[in-house]
Amino acid sequence: PDVFAVRSGGATGVVVKGLEDRNPISFRMEDKGEVKCIKFSLGNKILAVQRTLKSVDFLNFIPDSPQLEYTQECKTKNANILGFCWTSSTEIVFITDQGIEFYQVLPEKRSLKLLKNQSINVNWYMYCPESSVILLSTTVLGNVLQPFYFKSGTMSKLSKFEIELPAAPKSSKLSLSERDIAMATIYGQLYVLYLRHHSRTSNSTGAEVVLYQLPREGSCKKTHILKLNRTGKFALNVVDNLVVVHHQDTETSVIFDIKLKGEFDGSTTIHQFVLPPRSIQPYQIPVADSSSWIVFQPDIIISASEGYLWSLQVKLEPVVNLLLDKGKLMDFLLQRKECKMVILSVCSQMLSEPERGSLSVIATVFDKLNHEYKKYLEAEQSYTMVVEAGLSRSNPLLKRPVRTQAVIDQSDMYTHVLSVFTEKKEAPHKFTIAVLMEYIRSLNQFQIAVQHYLYELVIKTLVQHNLFYMLHQFLQYHVLSDSKPLACLLLSLESIYPPAHQLSLDMLKRLSTANDEIVEVLLSKHQVLAALRFIRGIGGHDSISARKFLDAAKQAEDDMLFYTIFRFFEQRNQRLRGNPSFTPGEHCEEHVTFFKQVFGEQALMKPTTF
Amino acid sequence: SRRNTAKLKQGQWRAPESVRLPQSVMYQESLRVTGFEEKKILFYHPNEVEKNEKIRNVGLCEAIVQFTRTFSPTKPAKSLHTQKNRQFFHEPEENFWMVMVVRNPIIEKHKDGKPVYEYQEEELLDKVYSSVLQQCYSMYKLFNGTFLKAMEDGGVKVLKERLEKFFHRYLQTLHLQSCDLLDVFCGISFFPLDKMTYLKIQSFINRMEESLNIVKYTAFLYNDQLIWSGLEQDDMRILYKYLTTSLFPRHMEPELAGRDSPIRAEMPGNLQHYGRFLTGPLNLNDPEAKCRFPKIFVNTDDTYEELHLIVYKAMSAAVCFMIDASIPPTLEFCRKLDSIVGPQLTMLASDICEQYNINKRISGAEKEPQFKFIYFNHMNLAEKSTIHMRKTPSVSLASVHPDLMKILGDINSDFSRVDEDEEIIVKAMSDYWVVGKKSDQRELYVILNQKNANLIEVNGKDWFLLPLNTVTKNTF
Repeated sequence: PDVFAVRSGGATGVVVKGLEDRNPISFRMEDKGEVKCIKFSLGNKILAVQRTLKSVDFLNFIPDSPQLEYTQECKTKNANILGFCWTSSTEIVFITDQGIEFYQVLPEKRSLKLLKNQSINVNWYMYCPESSVILLSTTVLGNVLQPFYFKSGTMSKLSKFEIELPAAPKSSKLSLSERDIAMATIYGQLYVLYLRHHSRTSNSTGAEVVLYQLPREGSCKKTHILKLNRTGKFALNVVDNLVVVHHQDTETSVIFDIKLKGEFDGSTTIHQFVLPPRSIQPYQIPVADSSSWIVFQPDIIISASEGYLWSLQVKLEPVVNLLLDKGKLMDFLLQRKECKMVILSVCSQMLSEPERGSLSVIATVFDKLNHEYKKYLEAEQSYTMVVEAGLSRSNPLLKRPVRTQAVIDQSDMYTHVLSVFTEKKEAPHKFTIAVLMEYIRSLNQFQIAVQHYLYELVIKTLVQHNLFYMLHQFLQYHVLSDSKPLACLLLSLESIYPPAHQLSLDMLKRLSTANDEIVEVLLSKHQVLAALRFIRGIGGHDSISARKFLDAAKQAEDDMLFYTIFRFFEQRNQRLRGNPSFTPGEHCEEHVTFFKQVFGEQALMKPTTF
Repeated sequence: SRRNTAKLKQGQWRAPESVRLPQSVMYQESLRVTGFEEKKILFYHPNEVEKNEKIRNVGLCEAIVQFTRTFSPTKPAKSLHTQKNRQFFHEPEENFWMVMVVRNPIIEKHKDGKPVYEYQEEELLDKVYSSVLQQCYSMYKLFNGTFLKAMEDGGVKVLKERLEKFFHRYLQTLHLQSCDLLDVFCGISFFPLDKMTYLKIQSFINRMEESLNIVKYTAFLYNDQLIWSGLEQDDMRILYKYLTTSLFPRHMEPELAGRDSPIRAEMPGNLQHYGRFLTGPLNLNDPEAKCRFPKIFVNTDDTYEELHLIVYKAMSAAVCFMIDASIPPTLEFCRKLDSIVGPQLTMLASDICEQYNINKRISGAEKEPQFKFIYFNHMNLAEKSTIHMRKTPSVSLASVHPDLMKILGDINSDFSRVDEDEEIIVKAMSDYWVVGKKSDQRELYVILNQKNANLIEVNGKDWFLLPLNTVTKNTF
C-alpha cells in the first residue's frame, strides 16, 4: 500500500511512501486539475491519474519510454468513471456507473486497447488486489454483488450473490453501504465480509460479521457468522488469518478465528470472539483520536487527522494469559505465523509451577502439536516419494511442503521444553516421568518415530531416581525402541543395575545388525563360551579371530575354558586347512606356548592324515 | 547334609496326597533361657500336639541348626532328610526360625500278602518346599509386616496373635500336593501387549494417580497377568501371588459364576461402567458401607511402608491402588475413585481385549504344539507355562505325568548349583524327551513327545525361541 501526497495538483511535487520503502518516490507532474484518484501499476511501471469523471490520464515510468502523458476516455456513453484498478503492470480496469471496461496499456504507443467490457449498473465497487477480484454493488438496494476475476488478459464473471439485509428496507434506496463490506483472503480462501448492524426489529443481541466464501468456481456461500455482541460503529481488518473487528465506542477490538470450533447450525458456523476485547496498541506513537481512522484491507489503518499509517499485527504473547483453555489456545496458536516460540513457552509454562497443567491437559497439547507435526511429515514423505519416482516433472503443481512455524518437532520440544524441565528437578519425579511418557505416547499415537535423545532423557530420569524396575518394565514392553545406542547406554548401567546386561544383550540380538557388539560384550565379561556359541549360532565362527577368543579365555583364568577354546580353534584349523596348527598370521604363538606349558606338548591336536 | 540336592532318579510315583504338612513351627532363638521352653515357640501347627512334644521338636530343630552352624556359620542347614519326613528350616529375620515338616510319600507294597509301606525318601524336591516355606513368610510379611515390627508394637503377645491369625487360615490354602517347579520360581506372568496399548495404560495410570492424589503406587493386571507394577519387584512378586491365587479366584466374574451382570442402575449423569471394588466397599450407594481395605507392608528393608490395598476391577482389567495407611479412605473417596476410574478402566479393558485379539489373529491361531514348556527369567521373574492348567480357581495343576515334573525339578536343582550356562537333555519313559536349558538368567524346560525323535533332532533346536514366539514378540 502506497500513500500519495499530491501538492498543488502535482505541480509542486508528488511523494509516494510505502510501509516498507525507506526511499519514497517523488516526482512532479503538470497541474491539470484536482486529482480524484492516483495509482501506480504493479512494479511502479505506469502511473494512472483520474482528474475527471470521464477519463483517466497515464504517465510512463519505464526508462527510455515516452514521457508524455496520454489519456483514455471511458467507452460507455454518458457513463461516469467511479474509479479504476490495476490488475497487473499493464492491465487496468475502469469501473463506471454503467459497467466495467478492461484495458491493456501500451506504454510505447501511449495508448490503451480495450480487452473486454461488461454493462451493468454499478452503485459502488471494491477491489481485492491479492486475489484480483473486483466486486460490484448492483440493483437498487445495492445488495446484489457481482464479482469479476482477472488474470493475464482475461476477465471472468463469477456468479453473483445477494447479501441478506437485516430487515426489509422500507424504501427502494441504496441499503448496502460499501463501508460495511470488505474482501479478504482467510486461510487461502477469498471471503466477502459483511458487517450487519444490529436491527431493532430482529432478536439479535448485537451486530455481527457475516462471511461469504467466494470460490473461483461455483456459487458464493454464507459460511460463518461472527458475533460481536455489541452495537455501534465498527471497522475490520484481517491479519494472520484472523478477523479483527474494531469497535469505536469502546476503542477495543475483538479477534475471531474461523478455524476454531464454533456452533454449527447446518449451514453456517457461528463464532464468538476468541479473546476478551482489548485495545490495539499503537506502535511508538500515542494516538489521541480514533474517530478519523480509515481502515483498508487487509491490515491497514490510517489516521487521517494525524497523518499516520499503521499496519496491524498480532502479538501472541499476551494471548497466552487471555486464553485459559490450553487446548483452545494451542488450536489458536498453531494457526498463527509466528507461533513457534510462543507455543514452546506455553509448553514450558504448563510443566512448571505455579501454572502446572494436569496430565490430561498436557496430553491434549502434545496431541495437537504432534498432529500438526505428523501432517508435515506425511506431506514431506509423499513429496519425496513422488520426486524419487521421477514423477515430479509430469506434475508441475507439485511443491515441496512448506514447513511452517507450527511444525514443532521432537528436537524443538527436547531443546526448549523437555530437557530444561527435567533438569530443573522442581517437579516430583513421578510427574516428570509421566510427562515424558505422555509425549512418547503421543508420538506413538501419531506413528512418529521417537528420537533416541528422548529415550535417553527417560532413562536418565529413571536412573537418577533409582527407578530401575520401572525402566525394566518399559524395556520389556518395547516402549523404548531398540537401537544400538540405547543398548550401549543400558550396558553402561550394568554396574548399578546388573539386569541391564541381559536387557542390553537382548536388544542387540533383536537388532540383528549388532553381532560384533554382542561378541565384544560377552568377551568383555569373560563369557567366552557364550560368545562362541552365539557366533556359531549365526554361522560366523569360521571368520572370527582365534586370538581374540584365546585372549579372553586366558584372561578368565580358567584352564578348562582355555583348553576348550583352544581345541575349538584347532578343530577349525583342521577343518578349514587340513591342519590343526595356527598360521603365523593368526598371531597365536603366545597361546600355543601357554597351552603346551599347562597341558603338555602331547595335548596338541595331531594333524589328521588321510 | 547342609544342602541336600535331589538326585535324578527314576522312581514310581505315589499319589501326591500323601505329601502333607503335619507340622509348621516358628520359634525365636533369642528367647532361649536355660533349657527348652514353651515360651520360645511362637506358633505351632497343629496346635493339638502335646506341649512337651512341641518343646522337644523345636529343641531338635534348634540343635540341628546350631550344630550345622559350626561347620558353616553363614549357611546353616536348610533341610533335614529322614526316612519319614523332610524338615525345612528358614531364618527369615535374624533369630526367628520357621520350620516346616513334610512327610515323604508312601508306597504300598505287598509282601507275603500283607501290605507294607515304604517311604519314598528321594521323592520330594528340597527346592520346591523350601520355596514354599519362604513364600509363607513373604505372604505373612506382606499383610503383617516383619516379626520384629510386631515385637516392637506389642512384644511376643502381639506377634503370637498375628501369627495365629494369619497362619491359621493361610496354611489351609497351601496346596502342598500340587507344588512343583513353578513354586520354586514364584514368578509373574506378564500380559503380552503391543506398545501403543501399553502406553495408553501408562497414561491412564499416571492420570489416575494424579486425580486421586493420595495414591502412592499402582499395579495393573489383565486376565490375571501383570502389565504394570509401581511396586518394587520383590513386593510385587508376593502381591501378585496373593492376587492371582487368593483374591481374584474369590471374585470370579459374576457373569462366569452365573450371576447377574454387574452393570448397575446408574445414577443419572453417571457414565455406565463395569467397575467394582474387589477390596473395600461392596455397595457405594449404602451410606453405611464400610471402607475397610487390607493393609499391606512393602519395602520392609528400607522405608517400611504401610499401605491400604484398593483393588478395583472392570471386566478383565484389574488395577491396584496403594495409598498410605495414615490416610483412611473415606466413602467419598471411594465414590470419587469409582466415578473416575470406572468408566476409563472399562474403556481401557475393551481396548486391551480388542488389541489382544488382533495380535492373536496376526500371530496365527495357536496350533496344538508338539511340546510343552516352562520358562522362567530370573531377572524380571517372568514366567510362562504351557504345562499347567487351571483346575480350580486357586490351583493350577501340571498336565503332564508327575515323573516328568520330577525330572524338571531335578534339572532345576542341577542348574542352581552352577552359574554357567547349561543344557541338559533327558530321555524319559515312553518317547518323552525333556530338555532343560539355562542361558544367562533364563531357564527353559521343554517336554517333547515325538515318536522316534533322536538326540540330534532334540539338540539341534533353538528352544528359546519357543516362549518368545508365542502370541507376541515380547521378550520377557
